[in-house]
Amino acid sequence: MSIAKKAVVWGLFAAGGTISAFLFPALIGLFLLVAIDKVPPGLEFGSISAFASHWVGKSILFLVIFLSLWHAAHRLRVVFHDFGVRKDKAVANAVYLVAAIGTVVTAFYLYLM
Amino acid sequence: MSRRPYVRPVSNTRWYLSNGRYRRYILREVTCLLVGFYCFLTIWALAVLATGSADRWNEFLASQQNAAMAALHAFALIYYLIYMTFDWFQLAPKAMPLQFGEHKVSARTIILAHYAAWAAVTAFVAWLVGVIP
Repeated sequence: MSIAKKAVVWGLFAAGGTISAFLFPALIGLFLLVAIDKVPPGLEFGSISAFASHWVGKSILFLVIFLSLWHAAHRLRVVFHDFGVRKDKAVANAVYLVAAIGTVVTAFYLYLM
Repeated sequence: MSRRPYVRPVSNTRWYLSNGRYRRYILREVTCLLVGFYCFLTIWALAVLATGSADRWNEFLASQQNAAMAALHAFALIYYLIYMTFDWFQLAPKAMPLQFGEHKVSARTIILAHYAAWAAVTAFVAWLVGVIP
């Protein structure tokens, strides 16, 4: 990988890592509250769809998912190497493709709202 | 260079088991699976939300309410805090050292600032969804 490309790949990885380190405990906590049937008022249809329909909510959701997916993809690529898979090019194509699909799908659903 | 250099045998698939630091590294790296899982769970929630139907949303919430999911989320939350969030904060002063002129900000200060910011972010999300008034 060229040095110029590396800076972009790693920059997005670090940004996604920081965002997911800060926000995912809260996100997992929300799913936990839902799972134990203590749905917070902010997750009822009216409030959450208002949040996801507003451009601020859309931007937050898009950035968080895009950067976190990129972060996870890049780390997973290294994990494959760590577990003895020595086909980096194929692994990289696969994980970045999944992250890209997730990002495009997110943008599509946010566009529909 | 010697003609037959000694190559220490290292397993490609189990090398991290030999050393505590390596084990911790692997335990940290596999948190990417949790990040991916919760990203796609959130995307699924967005897909349901995008239908614009309150009934579909309530069905989705009901489908998430079971003991297995609760156990998974509880485990994921603890694992994630230990091996992703707190590890990320520990690495922060190495990845982003701060210096003002001659004064270097101590690693401790940078790490504590991260914990404080994390507490603030989490409290803000809790306030946003109405968990705390």
